Amino acid sequence: METRIQREARPESMLLNMGPSHPAMHGTVRIMLELDAEKILNAEVEIGYLHRGFEKTCENKTYFNLLIYTDRLNYVSPQINNLGYAMTMEKMLGIAVPERAQLIRVLMSELSRVSDHLTCLAAMAMENGAFTVFLYMMKAREFLWDVIELTAGARMTTSYIRIGGVRADLHPDWRSSVATAVRETRKVLKDVSGLLDKNSIFLGRTRGVAAMSKEDALSYGWTGPCLRSTGIPYDVRKASPYLIYDRLSFEVPVGEFGDNYDRYSVRMREMEQSLRLLEQVAALIPDAPPLPAGPLIEPAEAIRRSRRQRPGERIRLSPNLEGYEKERLPGLTALDKPDALLGTGYGIAVPAKEDTYTTMEGLISHFLFFMSGKGIRPPKGDVYFSVEGGNGEVGFYIVSDGTDRPYRLHLRAPCFHVVAALEQLIKGRLIADVVPTFGSMNMIGGELDR
Amino acid sequence: MGQETLIDGIRTKLGPDVEGVSSSFGDVVLTIRAGAVRPVMAALREPPFDYQVLLDLTCVDFAAGEGRFELVYHLYSLSRNVRLRLKASLPAADPAVGTLVGLWKNADWLEREVFDMFGVRFEGHPDLRRILTYEGFEGHALRKSYPWRLGQPRIPQKDEV
Repeated sequence: METRIQREARPESMLLNMGPSHPAMHGTVRIMLELDAEKILNAEVEIGYLHRGFEKTCENKTYFNLLIYTDRLNYVSPQINNLGYAMTMEKMLGIAVPERAQLIRVLMSELSRVSDHLTCLAAMAMENGAFTVFLYMMKAREFLWDVIELTAGARMTTSYIRIGGVRADLHPDWRSSVATAVRETRKVLKDVSGLLDKNSIFLGRTRGVAAMSKEDALSYGWTGPCLRSTGIPYDVRKASPYLIYDRLSFEVPVGEFGDNYDRYSVRMREMEQSLRLLEQVAALIPDAPPLPAGPLIEPAEAIRRSRRQRPGERIRLSPNLEGYEKERLPGLTALDKPDALLGTGYGIAVPAKEDTYTTMEGLISHFLFFMSGKGIRPPKGDVYFSVEGGNGEVGFYIVSDGTDRPYRLHLRAPCFHVVAALEQLIKGRLIADVVPTFGSMNMIGGELDR
Repeated sequence: MGQETLIDGIRTKLGPDVEGVSSSFGDVVLTIRAGAVRPVMAALREPPFDYQVLLDLTCVDFAAGEGRFELVYHLYSLSRNVRLRLKASLPAADPAVGTLVGLWKNADWLEREVFDMFGVRFEGHPDLRRILTYEGFEGHALRKSYPWRLGQPRIPQKDEV
């Protein structure tokens, strides 16, 4: 099959393929170039190598089950995708999330945002030859992911933010862990600034390279750091605040020229702001109330006793359910509407495990939550909601037909719009400019190709 | 400009091209005539409406139940910080609509995606071909008539560039 660039190419020019497997194409994307020596006369970007039918799969999964697929969209900041999906569902279900869960969500969003920007800049710097920067930034990311790992048990695909709230409470040691992560990331940002900000090699490859005008950025539907690098201060957290962002103080850094350097610099300054947010929100989260004292009984023992009477003692949960105790749930997740499962309403969150293990009603609630045709069933209609992701506005458009599966689920992927502009940005430049330009865009195959 | 005056303004300006105004979970939804998608969008892009950003374009397949496809456009106005959803219904048989290429630059890829996934033709699109799947893919994957798990025939390797 002949591609567009093959049809249009002048006979005397050379055609060159970059990708889909190329050291600088992190993710898989193919860039076809028509060259006159090193000058790019024409370019064509081919995407879709990571297309796995996310939207089609979601149509065939229940609202609860499809959450895990959202982790795999922008896999560098999975919690923000979880958040976008969960909040879209909450808008449709009309439920309010408890304060503590909202604070934890902000904490997780900002951790993810910093790790997203770190990954992008680390890769960009490495491709420009600054391998030290890559190692420094990966080190900082480890500290951030330590917090996420303590909280959710996993590092990347956490599925921690759920419809109605969050899955479990923070780890008892979270405060010191967040403090370490913020301190170490600050150090790394200072080091990286020192290494790159006035580095003539880095400036030569980024300053004035692949500049984007404000008008074109809007015309391409750019959002996030890439749009802000052109000087437009659009940030979903400020424009239509969600969670508790309106109560926190942070700035929206903007660039001036929209070139590679501005995209780098906006991300660097945004990380500073995110670290500020992390500190503010950590101060706002109260310590978890202590669980009631008293002996714990094993689930098997509780079941044996429950044959005669309802056991009064608390039940010992498996260690991997730590933070998920029944007493903690009201602060972490919206409670089901009255008669949620047994009546005409709908369930929102997984019922407490203690009840599921030991009481008949609890077991029935559990089955009614997970059974096909039951569980989360939003009313008919369609809804769009967006949050500020690492790359820009992450929006979910969901059409519900009143059943337990979405009739249609569409993701507005921010980097789809950003990568669409790549052809224009590299046209007329040199081959060497492709690498920093592509690096500064932060293409994430998972959300680009869905 | 408040949301209601705005909607009134749009209705006055566009007249019969706006078929209805509704609200879904707090979002304003305008239903427009499919034949008038491009002129309506061109009008909305200019002041006083000033919807400068085409946020998103997608499609919903109601072919089995209601015999139609529904295009869903999301616009955003930076100056007024409001979003607007527009819908246009297309017949299930040979759905086609005017392109927005020329108004917004991201319309190129967005329309290719809808074409790829739903088989909706965008008349006037300069390079309408598949984007997420490949040349030689059979069917349109997000149509309800396309089974969830369907194998595709093997295709010969692409020519080298």
